[in-house]
Amino acid sequence: MKTIYLDNNATTQVAMEVLETMLPYFRDFYGNPSSMHSFGGQVGRKIREAREQTAALIGAEPDEIVFTSCGTESDNAAIRSALVTLPDKRHIVTSRVEHPAVKALGTDLTRQGYRVTELPVDKEGRLDLDQYEKSLTPDTAVVSLMWANNETGILFPVEKAAEIANERGILFHTDAVQAVGKIPISMKANAIDMLSLSGHKLHAPKGIGVLYVRRGTKYAPFLIGGHQEKGRRGGTENTSSIVGLGKACELAAQNMEMENTIVKKLRDKLERKLLDRIPKSRVNGDRFSRLPNTTNISFEFVEGEGILLLMDQYGICASSGSACTSGSLQPSHVLRAMGVPFTMAHGSIRFSLSIHNTEAEIDFVIEKLPSIIERLRSMSPYWHSDRQACTVEQKETVSHG
Amino acid sequence: MWEYTDKLKDHFLNPRNVGEVENPDGVAEVGSIACGDALKFSFKLDENRRIKEARFKTFGCASAIATSSALTEMVKGMTLDEALKVSNQDIASFLGGLPQEKMHCSVMGKEALEAAIANYRGMPVKEPGEQIICECFGVTDREIERAVRENNLKTVEEVTNYTKAGGGCGNCHEAIQRIIERLLSETGPVTRPKLSNIQKIRMIEETIEREIRPSLKHDGGDIELIDVIGNRVLVATRGACAACKASDITLKHFVEAKLRDLVLPDLAVEEVTS
Repeated sequence: MKTIYLDNNATTQVAMEVLETMLPYFRDFYGNPSSMHSFGGQVGRKIREAREQTAALIGAEPDEIVFTSCGTESDNAAIRSALVTLPDKRHIVTSRVEHPAVKALGTDLTRQGYRVTELPVDKEGRLDLDQYEKSLTPDTAVVSLMWANNETGILFPVEKAAEIANERGILFHTDAVQAVGKIPISMKANAIDMLSLSGHKLHAPKGIGVLYVRRGTKYAPFLIGGHQEKGRRGGTENTSSIVGLGKACELAAQNMEMENTIVKKLRDKLERKLLDRIPKSRVNGDRFSRLPNTTNISFEFVEGEGILLLMDQYGICASSGSACTSGSLQPSHVLRAMGVPFTMAHGSIRFSLSIHNTEAEIDFVIEKLPSIIERLRSMSPYWHSDRQACTVEQKETVSHG
Repeated sequence: MWEYTDKLKDHFLNPRNVGEVENPDGVAEVGSIACGDALKFSFKLDENRRIKEARFKTFGCASAIATSSALTEMVKGMTLDEALKVSNQDIASFLGGLPQEKMHCSVMGKEALEAAIANYRGMPVKEPGEQIICECFGVTDREIERAVRENNLKTVEEVTNYTKAGGGCGNCHEAIQRIIERLLSETGPVTRPKLSNIQKIRMIEETIEREIRPSLKHDGGDIELIDVIGNRVLVATRGACAACKASDITLKHFVEAKLRDLVLPDLAVEEVTS
């Protein structure tokens, strides 16, 4: 059975060119880039190139790139560095819809005596900038807001938010793990101090991440050790993955337009057709300010895990914000923060595409999903097909009239 | 991804007895959409007052659908008194086991069955004086007490896995802990449902795996279950235990004590050499 992979916000396949670029660095060029011999030195040169490629993708300078092990490490390093370099300040501003890498760290810091403000979002998942501005105090050390939400794809106005923080001398960090490679980013044109990105979300392997640190920003390392990364991150470089990430960033820059044309078109088709064909379904969150590859759709009166397992029978991969799939007993914190009703939140499915998806795959999902939802609804005590289908039709007649 | 058994997957992919019985003798709906799962169970009796037809409609995850399907198959042909003896463990065992975090699905099945029988008998479902302990999922003290008694639960986390209580905001964790402590300190032995042989062996295996092996391994030893004959549990010692002079004491005072405490008070552990 062919796999139809629509879960690219969870992780992506390593691009063939990326893998090929990496292989010699396992096999032939295994030298330590810090070594004094030319055997290691040639690896150091390749890392320099990867640093340039990575910087280019986000419009940064190569010396602003710190290689880490993953997005979570980058998020932790950024926020902890801000707190260490501003020891008198005890307040952090973030949002209710952050990735656990930031959210759980916030909870942990609260236990250590820091004050954490989690800004709410509206029902479309949007941030209120006025409320954000009011939350900043002289005691605020750092703001951490995600650029794009992993579950809904919704974009926060982080560039505007960074300016507001900057005017008050507050450090600004953004978790841009989902945004990098999908929307244009130029660090030269904004006031963001620190930015996290992750390799495996953009067709590089797992286990490699980056923390961008703006020149002149005071920085205290998270991993203390050798002089690697100019003393900003100890530990021998993960050379093959760094080289792979460099290549992936180069490809992402080339493919960015495809993300916003071809991938977006496929996403829009999937979304439109599913909403047309499946009554009582809706998109969660703002449909305009959103990543081009992501859609989060709720199917009322059914539960997400059942949908995923039935899709799995056809080789279709996606994610759900339902309680049963999260391992906790409550639906996703993102959908709850948006006030998505429980009847909808439990049946939410996230489809996240990549440039490797084809129209035939999307058509296959459009063909299969209505009967999957129908099948689960026929088992649901809350679904009364005649009555509820009627309501939908009436509503449509009204809107057409 | 959850580790589901093939039988569970089969009951999810090919659920038996979906729907509602026409003119049912008993019907009940438990759970709610806010809680993430709900089950409507209905049945009809034949002239011998045995369950002739049982049907379900379930909103919930794969294991909620599979346990509902299993329940309708299990109770068919039973008298109502027989059906009332079906425990949530029986439902889970029928499917070859459930992940711990999904045990609440089997409890929901048991509750729906009881509520439908109460509906037929014209009895109130809730006992007077019941108090909601978990506000998030609407779980009462009686429900928690019963799950603790019938499944021998010892921690708040286990109670959450079996009843969902405490799985939301977490404000009721202390109240749940107090219920567990009260039941543990109650005088007299905790009444346990009678175990079938297969259930007994499975529980012994689980107890060894979860409660006994980690401690032995910590000291470089290990234990293997060889056989269970009646209430005789035959085991072989391995690693450091096999050469240890004190292994007799370990077997009596630790292994046997644990098994007696957690499985059956009549068990006797014997060492076999193999």
